[in-house]
Amino acid sequence: MFNASMPTSPGSMVNQCKFEEDEESDSKDIFITVDNPESHVTAIETFITYRVLTKTTRSEFDNSEYEVRRRYQDFLWLKGKLEDAHSTLIVHPLPEKFVVKGMVERFNGDFIETRRKALHKFLNRVADHPILSCSEDFKVFLSAQAWELTTYKKQGPGFLSRMGETVRAVANSVRGVKNRPEEFTAIQEYVEDFSNKIGSLDKVTQRIVKEQKEYLEELKEYGPTYTLWSGSEEELAEQLKGVAGCIERCCKETEEQVGHLSDTLVPVLHEYVLCAETLKAVLRRRDNIQAEFEAKNEALATKKVDRDAESSDLGFVWGSLLGKNPEEARHQRQERLDGEIEELKEEIDKLEDRVEWANNALKGDWGRWQRSMRGDLKSAFLSTAEKNVDYYEKYFIFIHTQITVSL
Amino acid sequence: MMADSGPEEIAVIGNTDLTSAELENNIKNTMVEIEKWTSLLRKMEISVGEAEKRTGKNTVNMQEIYTVYLIETRPVDAVTEGIIPAPDSLWRRYSEFELLRNYLLVTYPFVVVAPLPEKRAEIVWHKLSADNMDPDFVERRRVGLENFLLRLASHPVLCNDKIFYIFLTEEKGWKEMVYETGFQAKADSRLKAMNAAFRVKNPDKRFTELKHYSDELQTVVSQLLRVRARVADRLYGVYKVHGNYGRVFSEWSAIEKEMGDGLQSAGHHMDAYAASVDDILEEEEHYADQLKEYLFYTEALRAVCRKHELTQFELEMAAQDLASKKQQKEELVTGTVRTFSLKGMTSKLFGQETAEQREAKLQVLEQQIEEGEEAVKEKNTESDEFVKTAWLDIEHFKDQKDRDLKEALISYAIMQISRCKKGIQMWTNAKECFNKM
Repeated sequence: MFNASMPTSPGSMVNQCKFEEDEESDSKDIFITVDNPESHVTAIETFITYRVLTKTTRSEFDNSEYEVRRRYQDFLWLKGKLEDAHSTLIVHPLPEKFVVKGMVERFNGDFIETRRKALHKFLNRVADHPILSCSEDFKVFLSAQAWELTTYKKQGPGFLSRMGETVRAVANSVRGVKNRPEEFTAIQEYVEDFSNKIGSLDKVTQRIVKEQKEYLEELKEYGPTYTLWSGSEEELAEQLKGVAGCIERCCKETEEQVGHLSDTLVPVLHEYVLCAETLKAVLRRRDNIQAEFEAKNEALATKKVDRDAESSDLGFVWGSLLGKNPEEARHQRQERLDGEIEELKEEIDKLEDRVEWANNALKGDWGRWQRSMRGDLKSAFLSTAEKNVDYYEKYFIFIHTQITVSL
Repeated sequence: MMADSGPEEIAVIGNTDLTSAELENNIKNTMVEIEKWTSLLRKMEISVGEAEKRTGKNTVNMQEIYTVYLIETRPVDAVTEGIIPAPDSLWRRYSEFELLRNYLLVTYPFVVVAPLPEKRAEIVWHKLSADNMDPDFVERRRVGLENFLLRLASHPVLCNDKIFYIFLTEEKGWKEMVYETGFQAKADSRLKAMNAAFRVKNPDKRFTELKHYSDELQTVVSQLLRVRARVADRLYGVYKVHGNYGRVFSEWSAIEKEMGDGLQSAGHHMDAYAASVDDILEEEEHYADQLKEYLFYTEALRAVCRKHELTQFELEMAAQDLASKKQQKEELVTGTVRTFSLKGMTSKLFGQETAEQREAKLQVLEQQIEEGEEAVKEKNTESDEFVKTAWLDIEHFKDQKDRDLKEALISYAIMQISRCKKGIQMWTNAKECFNKM
C-alpha cells in the first residue's frame, strides 16, 4: 500500500504510519503529494502554484494517476465546498492566508515550504476521511485541469443563495439553541479548554524558539573569545582552542535543534490552534441546525394554537367587510392554516432528519478527530524530546573527545 | 624547639606539642626563623569561614552597614589523639584586606601580589544582583578572600611577612601596626611614580613583553567574561521558558483522558528541567571567578613591570648625570668647551676664571663624580636585584597561571558534560512520558 517512491515529509510519513494502524486505513487507496512550488507572473498579479500528484485505485476516478497544479485560492475553494456540504464534519484546517506577525513575505522560501507542508497534510487528511474523500468537489480538485476547474467552480449555488444561508445562520445563532444535548455541551467545554491550552503551548514553543535563537547569537560571539585568547598563550593555547571548538560545536547543534523545533513542533501546534477554531465553528453550525429545527417547531405550535382558537372578532369584522359570510370566512381560514401546518410538519420532518444526521456525523468525526489529535501531538512532542536527547548526546560525545585529545 | 629546625628539616615542623599560642610566641621571638620556612601553609590551616553584617559609624560619622568575614587559623599539626581543637578566629572587613594588600604591594614591589576579589559585582548577568549585600555575592566574595589568603600563605616570600601573620592572628591593633611601618608614605610616592610619564631607553625586553602580554590578557579575558555573562543570561531564559510547558501540560492533562497521565508526568520533567539551570549557572559562576582572578592579576603584573621601568629609569638618570659631570670635568681640565653652557659664555664675556676658582670647581666635580659613581653602582645593583627577584617571581606566577587556568578550562568542559548528562536524562524521561500519551 505504501508507495516508497513518493516524496513525503518526515512528519507526514509518521502520520501515514500511524494511520496504517487504524482500521480505516487498511483501505488507504488515495495517495497525494503536494510539492514543487512555482511562481507565476501575470499582468495583474504574482502567485504561487503547487503540484498536486494523486495516485489512486478508486473506481470513481477514471485514471490511477493525476498531476495538476493548484494555487492557494483553489484549496480555499475546496475547503469551503466541503464545509458547505458537510457542515458538521471536522475538516482539517488550511494554513493561514497571511502571516501577520513577523512580516513574512508571501514569497519567502520558509513561508512557502511551511505552507506546502500544511497543504500536503490538508489534502491527505481529506483523503483519509471516509465521507469527505468521496466528495465530487474533491475529485474534481485532484483531477481537473486548470480551465476545467475554473468552469466547474462557476457552477453551484450562486452568491445570493449563499448570502441567504448566511443570514439565516446569523439569525439562528442570535436566537440560540434551547435544548442542546448534554454530550455536545461537554464537547464544547472541552473545545474551549483545549483551545486555551493549545494556544498557550503554541506561544510557549515560539518563545522557546526565540530564546534559543538569541542564545545561539551570543554563543557565536563566545567561542571566538577563546580563540583570540589562545593567540597570547603558549602552554594554554591548545586547551583554549579546545574550549573554542566545543562552543562552536554547541552552536552547530543548537542551530539544528532550533530548526527541528521550527519544522516539527511549531507547525503542528499551530495547526491545532486552527483546529480548535474549526471545532468551534462546527459546533456552532450544529447548534444552528438544531436552532432552526426548534424555531420551526415553535412556529408550528403557534400556528396550531391559532387554528384551534375561536375566530377572533377582528377576523369576523374583516371577513364581513369583504362581504364574506362569517361561516365561510372561518372555514377558509381553517383550511389555509391546515395547509400551512402540513407544510410546516413536512419541513420539520426534514429538519429533524437533518439534525439527527448532523449530530451523528459530528459524533462520529469527533472520535476520529480526537484520535488523530492525540497521534499528531504525541508524535510531535516525541520527536522534539528525541531531538533534544540527540542534541545533548552529540554535544556530550564531542566534549568528551576534546577532553581526551586537547584539554 | 623551633630554633633547631632549619630549611632542611621542614618536616620536623609537624611538632604535635605546639599550640597556636606558642606558635605566635615563637614567631615574635625568632623572626629569623620565619625566613627559613618556605610556606606558611605547611604550618597552618587558614580559612575564611563565615560572613556577618555589622553596623557602625564610618569616617564621616554616618551609619553604615558592612560585612565582616571570619578568619580561622589552626596549626596543621593540631590533631592530637584524633581530637581537632577549635580554630582561632577573628573578624576582618574588606577594607582591611585592601590595606593588607596595599602594604604588601609597597613592601615587596618585585612580587606579583595576588588580587582581591571584586569590591562590587561588576560583570553580572541578570540573575545575580549587583548588590553588595546579596547573599550569593557575599558568599562568592568569602571564597575569593579565602583564596587570596591562601595565595599569600603559599607564596615563598610573602608568607614570611610579619604584618600578614598578625593580620591572621590578632584582631586588635593590627591596623595601627600597619601604619606604624610607615608604608603609607612609600605608597604615596609609589602611586606618584606609577602615574608619572617617563621614557626608559633600555628596559629589559622580557618586561616589555610581559607588559604587552598583561594588556592583551586583560582585554581578552574581560571580553570573554562579558560575553559569557550574556550567554548565561540567554541559557537561563531557554531553560526557564520550558517551565511554562510544565504548567500548561499539567492544566491540559486535566481535560484529557488517555493522554492525561503522560502529560502530567511530562509536565513534571519540564519543571525539573527548568529548575536545573540554577545549579548549572552557579557552578559556572565559580569558573568565571577563576578567570576573574587572573584578570585582576594583570594589574599586579603591570605594577611589577612599571617598578622595573622606574628602577631602570633611575639608573639611566644616574648614569646620565654621571656622564654629564664627567664631561664637565673634562672640559674644565682641557679648557675646551664642547657643549654650549651659560657658564662658558659668561666666562668668555667676563674673562677667564682664576686658577683657584678652576681648582675649586674641579674638586667639587670630582666629589660629585665619586658620589655619582657610587649612586650608579647602587642603582645598578638595585636594578639587577630587582630584575632577578622579580623575574623569579614572574616565572613562578606563569607556572601557577598555566596550571590554574588549565584546570579551570578542563573543569569548565566537565561542567558542560554534566549539563549534557542532565539534559539527556531529563529529555529521555520526558520522551517516555510522551510515549505513554
